[in-house]
Amino acid sequence: MTLTATSFPRPIEHNGLGRLVSAMSDILAVTWRNLLGYKRVPQLLVFSTIQPVIFVLMFRYVFGGAITVPGVSYVDYLMPGIFTQVVVFGSVGTAIGLAADLNTGLLERFRSLPMARPAVLAGRTTADLARNVFVVLLMAAVGFVVGFRVHTSAPEFIAGLALVLLFGYTFSWVFATVGLWVRDPESAQAAAFPVLAPLVFASSAFVPTNTMPDWLRVFAEHQPVSVTATAVRGLMLSGASTSDIVQAVAWSAAILLVFVPLAIWRYQRTA
Amino acid sequence: MNHIAIEATGLTKKFGDVVALDGVSVSVPSGSVLGLLGPNGAGKTTAVRILTTIIRPDSGSARVLGYDVVSNASAVRYRIGLAGQYAAVDGNLTGRENLRLIGLLTQMPRNTIAARADVLLERFELTEAADRVVRTYSGGMRRRLDLAAALVHQPPVLFLDEPTTGLDPQGRLELWDVIRDLVSDGTTVLLTTQYLEEADKLADNIAVVDHGRIIAEGTPADLKARVGSTMIEIGLPDEGEAVRAKSVLARFSEDVEPDGRKVRMRINDGARVLIDVLRALDAAQLTPATMAVREPTLDDAFLALTGRQPEPRESPDRQAVAVGGA
Ligand SMILES: Nc1ncnc2c1ncn2[C@@H]1O[C@H](COP(=O)(O)OP(=O)(O)O)[C@@H](O)[C@H]1O
Ligand SMILES: [Mg+2]
Repeated sequence: MTLTATSFPRPIEHNGLGRLVSAMSDILAVTWRNLLGYKRVPQLLVFSTIQPVIFVLMFRYVFGGAITVPGVSYVDYLMPGIFTQVVVFGSVGTAIGLAADLNTGLLERFRSLPMARPAVLAGRTTADLARNVFVVLLMAAVGFVVGFRVHTSAPEFIAGLALVLLFGYTFSWVFATVGLWVRDPESAQAAAFPVLAPLVFASSAFVPTNTMPDWLRVFAEHQPVSVTATAVRGLMLSGASTSDIVQAVAWSAAILLVFVPLAIWRYQRTA
Repeated sequence: MNHIAIEATGLTKKFGDVVALDGVSVSVPSGSVLGLLGPNGAGKTTAVRILTTIIRPDSGSARVLGYDVVSNASAVRYRIGLAGQYAAVDGNLTGRENLRLIGLLTQMPRNTIAARADVLLERFELTEAADRVVRTYSGGMRRRLDLAAALVHQPPVLFLDEPTTGLDPQGRLELWDVIRDLVSDGTTVLLTTQYLEEADKLADNIAVVDHGRIIAEGTPADLKARVGSTMIEIGLPDEGEAVRAKSVLARFSEDVEPDGRKVRMRINDGARVLIDVLRALDAAQLTPATMAVREPTLDDAFLALTGRQPEPRESPDRQAVAVGGA
């Protein structure tokens, strides 16, 4: 049997608009492949949801009693912070996935294919966005079970979740860069914690910042995790302040502006 | 057939302080097979990675089917297939899904991908395993799928980086057949190998690589003529018989040396002469106690071409073939 029968069609070389369309189709193909990975190894998804569920229970029932936030019940204050924290920690998965693909030689093969340049990374981050939709909805369900209530409207709640997902997508690009840099899943995980822990804990995600010493409070109030958690909190609890939302979107946009090109550059130049 | 499919000129590449390529030039006529032969660390993979647009050379240039691998990488990618040193397939996808993914990413017309995957699965005897997750495949099956993935879009130029490393002898023979099939259909192949025998069997031309340089080039016949020939080694029950055997065998080769109880000779056309050697021994009523025939290996080639052993070496790839009463 011949493998190169000439009757078989050959690849289509696109240009112009066709190229844009085929870039989208490349991104979808890679997304499909990554989502199949989550489907075939559901442990990945289970482990990435157990930790946030424990966080909810721990903060709600262990620390919650000792923390008072004026004006709101602690569980209501907590959940927007949990949503934000979940997607930030979850973005490490992007680094782990890419580093694993580097190690199996799959990225090497992708780089020899006539596909759109950003498709491998865009497909990875898009799949991780889809995973975050699932995780965030699950967290919301857990939140409702332990007493979380939305005080605004359904559209505002959904807008809040969208903001959280945007933030998670942003961090996926940060960790795409990290994964390509450190090149193995263990190092990616080790590199992530020292960066993420201060961002997540020295923030308004779990506790109000007003008891922190001044130097820390200035950092804690303006860093992206707090800004995002505050905007989400506004959308879900008290009605959104436009300036909070603008600040949160601005942080995501700024991070994307730096890390999308950086990750793509790194992808092309990985030796 | 006198078109040049792959042309590289003066490729160099450094990784930090390590010089991986130090001025490599090759030229592969369309429809032919070039074997890049060299020990571990010689720079073979680096050369393949440059030619397949994965990395850029520090200096020098290369063209595939006339397209520059740096400035026109995209055009090159439509026309090449790559099967790397390690099976680069996704363990979480089935065999069929892996081929579909590559079909999509090589811009194959969508409605043709499924049929193309079927042909390849059939050819590589993966039809039964096609819908199983690749994690459950054996090493040989993964290797076959990896090669199938390189062929989805029918590339006219194929790069195979140590395609048979890690395969058992049976798997190696099967892969050789596939490669011959492809070549007979007109595919141009550049393959790398650590085995002189493999390059000899598959390649029209061989380039021997060492420390990032090409140290010898030619047809397999040229190279073998330079490297020397088959070695036959006959062990005799005692030293007296060994001395007698030496004189009996002297007419087969000038190169007969008794070494204790062993007689060694280097002869051209070893397999055919072997029978005459045994007949001569039999006529002189000498019965060999042991006997070995060894074809020249990469080590021998290096010894002959450079006067030293290749290094660094992972494992010596000597292949002693014991002959029992030929
Ligand atoms: N990505 C890399 N980073 C650092 N050194 C490398 C890299 N790739 C190859 N090398 C070095 O370059 C040399 C040639 O390697 P390679 O091309 O893989 O040889 P071969 O494929 O012939 O075994 C080796 O010394 C290897 O260690
Ligand atoms: Mg190699």
